[in-house]
Amino acid sequence: MSHQQASMSQQPVRTDLLLLAEMIKPNSRVLDIGCGNGDMLKLLTKHKNIDARGLELEQSKVNKCVTEGLSVMQGNADTDLINYPDNAFDYVILSKTIQATHRPDLVIEQMLRIGKYAIMSFHNFGHWKVIRSLLFKSRMPVTKKLTYSWYETPNIHFCTIRDLSLLCKGLNVEVVDKIILNQRAQKSSISNWPILVNLFGDQAIFLLKKPEK
Amino acid sequence: MSESQILKLNSLAKFGKLAFQKQSTPKSKTMKQQSNIFIDENPIKLDCGQMLNYQLSYDTYGTLNADKSNAILICHALTGDQYAASKSPITGKDGWWSKMIGSGLPIDSDKYFIICANVLGGCLGSTGPASINPETGQAYGLSFPLITISDMVHAQIRLVDHFAIETLFSVIGGSMGGMMVLDWAANHKHRLLSAIPIATASLHSSQNIAFYEVGRQAIMADPDWHGGDYYQHKIIPKKGLAVARMIAHITYMSEVSLHKKFGRNLQNGKDLSYGFDADFQIESYLRHQGMSFVDRFDANSYLYVSRAMDYFDLAAQYDGNLYTAFEGTDIRFCIISFTSDWAFPPEGSKVIANALNRVAANVSYVEIDSPSGHDAFLLDEPEMFNAVAGFLTSTDEKHQISNINNGAKHQ
Repeated sequence: MSHQQASMSQQPVRTDLLLLAEMIKPNSRVLDIGCGNGDMLKLLTKHKNIDARGLELEQSKVNKCVTEGLSVMQGNADTDLINYPDNAFDYVILSKTIQATHRPDLVIEQMLRIGKYAIMSFHNFGHWKVIRSLLFKSRMPVTKKLTYSWYETPNIHFCTIRDLSLLCKGLNVEVVDKIILNQRAQKSSISNWPILVNLFGDQAIFLLKKPEK
Repeated sequence: MSESQILKLNSLAKFGKLAFQKQSTPKSKTMKQQSNIFIDENPIKLDCGQMLNYQLSYDTYGTLNADKSNAILICHALTGDQYAASKSPITGKDGWWSKMIGSGLPIDSDKYFIICANVLGGCLGSTGPASINPETGQAYGLSFPLITISDMVHAQIRLVDHFAIETLFSVIGGSMGGMMVLDWAANHKHRLLSAIPIATASLHSSQNIAFYEVGRQAIMADPDWHGGDYYQHKIIPKKGLAVARMIAHITYMSEVSLHKKFGRNLQNGKDLSYGFDADFQIESYLRHQGMSFVDRFDANSYLYVSRAMDYFDLAAQYDGNLYTAFEGTDIRFCIISFTSDWAFPPEGSKVIANALNRVAANVSYVEIDSPSGHDAFLLDEPEMFNAVAGFLTSTDEKHQISNINNGAKHQ
């Protein structure tokens, strides 16, 4: 699963990667699903001494990653996570890819089966601009960050921040940490206001923990 | 190597038109290359239960460093040889991986000490069916014991021990060489840091066994084969061996590459002969491939080494579960396949990659879009070169092998 396919944001918004990386403890084992060109893997390997692996849908990107020395497999979040054993990783990252999966709920369950923590970053479909487009233009939103038209988009499961919170609750998954980003991909200070978060949060990063048994 | 060893080898190698000499001729200005023979003082116990006294003929490139941490073992394919990056003394052609191995190349001889040995059962200086059986004074022929991929690897381990190398930096090989890489990784996991199996599979498929069986039948149907004792008759089963090679060669190419290279082009550009001469270029090409092969390869070796491939089924060694072969592995893997390879298709490589994932091994999987079929791993494939270079460099960054300049030269 690639950033490009899930591309709502083509420009190198690396702030979100940095914020995401901050959630990860050094010297841990990480799987980055939808690792794209491997930017996150490089960041983690270089600065946090992390044993980082990647899973990427597009073979050309996989090959490029390996050329750059990263450990990356071609694979699909929906179908290939079953190949990994339980608790193989400390963190499993799904970066802006959840909306392109067939069954986000099952993907989250798989992530927390193979990792102690799951980290998900995603674009908030409850943002006021999306609502405006639907409300006033009766059109599915196509913006700088949502570049696909409705008939060609690989993004089949958009969700809002509240949607994901409720899904986690339903799956009995603990949300350990939650970062909301504004449109400039900076950390937003509105995190304590649920309604505002949903309307004005552009992206969110959730740190999820395996349910206690 | 002593003079007597050289003489012995020359007598062993007469069917391969080999002349072994102690050489230390640099391939290029900067690459140090040596050809040598390792004669094991102790016999090896083969999977078939027999003991075998043997020797391995090998080439090395580069220099072993002081802590012996920079050694890479190259495993060759069925009809490959130890001349991975050196001119073959038989064909006069550059080594089969001369674009991969060398000074400044992906497997860099300035940095690594690279070993490539002719496999056990081979016919280029390593002990095989064409070698003299010390008990009879005659060539083994079919009295040579059946060998397996694991046997070939055992012999390689003795060679690595001979260098007092505890851990290989990497084991790399394509096709049958890839099978050996997998055997190393599964059965000797503490002896290597990284593994690059290319265009290979964890088992020889039914289809591949079928093609090789046709090839073997062609050899054995040749009256010049003499039940494997053609050495005594001073003859080679040329026709059978050539047919075997022609069949195998078809499986190494893809329909696209054949069509692109030959189409239905006629050999002499003009008319059909209305006969069975090589009218089509593809026929002429295959005949040439077949006939040039018989000059460099022993027919019985072809039987034995292809049989070793047939017997290879790594999962079967582990109760049918491939992933258990890799349990607890710390080896870093880079698996490479080619899209148009139908002899060892990408699916087979993915099976290996998924088995490695199942034990959370550090695995990369590169599938290269190429029209060249199975042969792609021997050709100019920049993506393969880049992947191997990137993988080795990053493995080196992790393990920090010491500089070659601080190393002692191997004697």
